[in-house]
Formats: sequence, structure tokens, C-alpha cells
Amino acid sequence: MSLSIDIEKKLGDFRLHVQFESSGGLLALLGASGSGKSVTLRCIAGLMRPDRGRIVLNGRTLFDSEQKIDLPPQKRRVGYLFQSCALIPHMTVARNVELGLLSLPRRERRTAALAWLERFRLADFADALPATLSGGERQRAALARTLAAEPEAILLDEPFSALDDYLKWQLELELARTLEDYGGDAILVTHSRDEVCRLVKTVCVLDRGRSAPLCSTAEMMTAPGSFGAALLSGCENLSPVTLRPDGSLFCEAWAWSLPAEALSAASLPTGLTHVGVRARSLRPGLSSVSPGPDAMPPASADPAARPGTLSLDCTVDRVIDNVFSEIVTLRTPGPGLLRMERDQNLPALAPGAPVTVYAAPEDFLLLTE
Amino acid sequence: MDLFPLWNSLRIAAISAVLVFFLGVAAAYYASRAPRLVKGVLDVALTLPLVLPPTVVGYLLILLLGPNRVLGSFVLREFGVKLLMQWWSAVLAVSVVVFPLMYRTARGAFESFDEDLAAAGRTLGLSNTRVFWTIRLPACRKGILAGVVLAFARALGEYGATSMIVGFIPGKTATVATQVAFLWQNQGGTPEGQRALLFWICINITISAIVLITVNLLERRKKVTSNKE
Repeated sequence: MSLSIDIEKKLGDFRLHVQFESSGGLLALLGASGSGKSVTLRCIAGLMRPDRGRIVLNGRTLFDSEQKIDLPPQKRRVGYLFQSCALIPHMTVARNVELGLLSLPRRERRTAALAWLERFRLADFADALPATLSGGERQRAALARTLAAEPEAILLDEPFSALDDYLKWQLELELARTLEDYGGDAILVTHSRDEVCRLVKTVCVLDRGRSAPLCSTAEMMTAPGSFGAALLSGCENLSPVTLRPDGSLFCEAWAWSLPAEALSAASLPTGLTHVGVRARSLRPGLSSVSPGPDAMPPASADPAARPGTLSLDCTVDRVIDNVFSEIVTLRTPGPGLLRMERDQNLPALAPGAPVTVYAAPEDFLLLTE
Repeated sequence: MDLFPLWNSLRIAAISAVLVFFLGVAAAYYASRAPRLVKGVLDVALTLPLVLPPTVVGYLLILLLGPNRVLGSFVLREFGVKLLMQWWSAVLAVSVVVFPLMYRTARGAFESFDEDLAAAGRTLGLSNTRVFWTIRLPACRKGILAGVVLAFARALGEYGATSMIVGFIPGKTATVATQVAFLWQNQGGTPEGQRALLFWICINITISAIVLITVNLLERRKKVTSNKE
């Protein structure tokens, strides 16, 4: 099972250049809206034509601009699960699934379609029109139709974005199980890092039309590498950075100096432009929570003040309640704010109070453009 | 009372509606997928008969189909058939006049069609022809049906172009519309003439009302079935 892609396409001012190779299993294509995710899927399915490049699925060339190969979508054996489900509104659910079973003799299609519906717990809706189904049922029907055609690869275009949260969760579990049974290549397009973390192990980050090398989901979270990838991975605090002559890094947004000895110089990537730090990685010092006459409690009592930890003096700007945590925005010595997330059961911070925040050197994400 | 004009009007309108259905749907499909410039030009050219006076359309047709004109003389020489003054000549005139109604409603329907549906059909292996007939056309049937019915209703009432290219020959080319004009011009002052006029007007209103009620019923039935299922 393998899918290899290297395509370029120009759409007005937008340039798409996507390159990756998947060797079976589920791969996520993560990108903000307008980053070219859907165009990429459409090119793979044959619904759009790249300007240049090659698409090879299991050794079959689907598209090759040099050899002038461009298989029509009908011959690609690539399944497409649309965000809108794209169930044909004037056909019953069973007839919709039969569309995926055209290779069977006419008499056998209905039985086969019913078997697929049975598998997706939709047998009761066989003769219903798609409009009468709920969002989740529609999504399952579309999945049944896609799988019935026995595609060699499945493309999922933001399949959960139109669903309510609790349905999303259910369908995610079901989809994960289905795709495991399916075994072929599948590409999940999404802009949600949560979906990626729950469902997928390999990620291709697409930033303004350019694809980054494949990485694992864990890598994307701990070392996103580029500014765009850091944004997509949900990094809340990002600042442009300058490298000082003494080897320290200066975060311009927060006027936070990261001394050279804290960062191992060897790991600084070339073309470093930004530094990111997650809201969860920032910890307030205890002193600021319970300000007393003694400026600092002993270091042992304050886990944030371990040796080597970097600190910055800020003041609390606002405290915002999240569901199970609290988001604190902090005014820094620089022009930008920092976002810190803490558990709700910690002592409260009051707006205007001084606070020292700490972060471990390894919590700083070093990013290129 | 001679009912020939009614029968003639109905057959002309029916044939025109069928003809215009195929031509209008084909033109609308093509225009909805054409590049912007082609589409703009097509749109103007294909909608022109809607806004031109029917007499202008009639005269242009005479210029094309007259026995001494390009097409007219060719057909007369090769097949010995005159294209004007036949009952079916009116089909040509009426079709040109009502074509834009079909074209525009169908194009609107095609443009609001969800292309994902066609894309889904193609990735599932349906040929492009099959996608058109089993997915695109049925999904757009509301707009297309409305276009056909509108074209039929308008065809029944066409007067200007028809009268120019088939005139008024009782029992041969007379239609309801030309009959009314004839009665008014020649017997409008007599009581019998006025009675006849009233009769044809009632016929005309009745048919038009039936057509429009049919459209409404069709729409309603569709809704009821989709709710039930």
C-alpha cells in the first residue's frame, strides 16, 4: 500500500506544491483554511488537474505530466468522502450506496448495498431519502458508499467539521475502527490538531500551499519546526526572535532574553525567525501567588524555580475561565502578551498582580519561517 | 364554433416546449461551464429574443427562411418545401421566442447545482454521461420543469412572430392568439364578434390557469413525498 505525490498547481496568485509519500495507513494533511488541502485531495481524485508532477498509487500512475498520463476519476479507484457528504438527494440511501457497486450485476446491487448499510447500522434507513437523516447518519451513509466501491485509497475532506461535538467523538471512533479494517491508504484533511492527535500518527503540514516533510504527531507537538506548523499545532505564544552577539536569543514580543547557556547552541536551526512557547508550559512562581515579606520562598518549595529554568517578570492582565482550567494573559516588558494556562484548583491570580513566569529551556520551540 | 385554433395552438406550444427543452438544457449546461467571456457572449445572444419585440424576431426569421432567402430558398430547391405559412412554421417562431425562458431557468438551476454531487458520482465510477442524466439533471429538475412549463405557457400566447411568419389562414395556421386579433380587427363591432372574442379569451385564461395550477401541484407533491419518506 503506497501513495506518492509530488504536484504543483497555480491558482491565481496561489501556488500549491505538495510532496509526500504515504506507505499505508492514515495520514493527516493539516493546514489552515486556504492552505490548499482540498485542492490537493481533488488533484489526487482526478477532479482537478495539477500543472506539473506525478501521483502514483500502489504502483499505478494516476497522473504524470511528463508522460502525459491523467486518468479520469472513474479509473483512479480513489474514494472521496466529502465534507457535505454529497449523498445524491433524489436517491434513497440504498440507491446511493448502489452507486458504489456498479461493478456488480444489477440484481445483486441492492443486496450488497443492504449489507453495507447493515454494517453501518443504517439498515432502517435504506429506503429513506438522505435529507431525512441526521448529520452523523449521513456521514456514515457516505462512508458506506465510499467503501462499497472498494477504493485503493480514501480521501476524507474534513469529515467531522459539520458535526456536533458529541457526534464527532462517536464518529471519530467509528471511523478509526473502519479505517483499521480497511487497511489501504487514507488521507484525512483537517484543520483541527485535536483530530490529528486522536486519530493519526503521521502528519503532513501544509502551510500556504507548501507541504512540510512528513512527521509524527508527537514530533509536530514537541518540535513543529516552522512558524506555520507551530500555529497549526496550537502553540499560543509566538514571538519574532533575534540572535544577539553573545549567543542569547531575544524574544521581541515579550522582551524576554534567553541566555546562551540555557540553549544548546548546536540545536539552533539555521533561518531561525520565531520562538514559540505553549500556554501549558508556562508556570507562575509561587511568590507571586502569595506575596509575602520574603521575596522568594526556598527554591525547593517552588517547582517552577528549578535551576536552569528561565523566568520573566510580568503582571497579570486578565484571568479567563476555561472549562477545566484558567487562562491568564500576562503583560510582559515587551509589547506583546503571554498566555498561560493553569489548573483551576490553584490559588487565584488577581488582575494587576505582579507574577514571575517560568519555563524550561526545552519548552521553547525554535521555529523557522 | 371552429376549435381548430385551439388545437393548433396546443400542438405548436407542445412541440415548441419539447424542442426548447432539449436545446435550452444543452445550451444552459454548456453556458454554465463555459469560460467567463464565452458565457457572457452566449448569455446575451441567447437571451436577446426575450427582450426583442416578437415582430423583430419574426422579421429576422423571414429574412432567414423566406423563399428568396438563404435557408428558405435552399430548402425549397432541395426538398420542395416552403418554410413559411405552414402551421409548423409557427413552431420555429414560437421556439425562438420562448427559448430564453427555458435557457435562463435551466442555467440558474445548473449554476446552483452542488458540484460535489457530480464529483462523488465520478469518483464512484459513473461515466460523465451517466452523471449528467442520473445525478445532475434530476437534481436540477425543479428549475428545468419550471422552465418547460413557463415556455409552454408563453408559447400558447405567442402572437407577434407567429403572425408575421404564418399570417392567419383559418383552418390552416390560425392560433388562439391570431384568432383573437382577427376577430377584433374584423368583427369587433358586431355582437357575434364580441361573443366569439369572449369565448376565446375564456379559453385562453382557462388553459393558462390550468398550466400554472399544474406547476403548483407538482411542486407541492414533491414536498409531500420527501417529507413522508
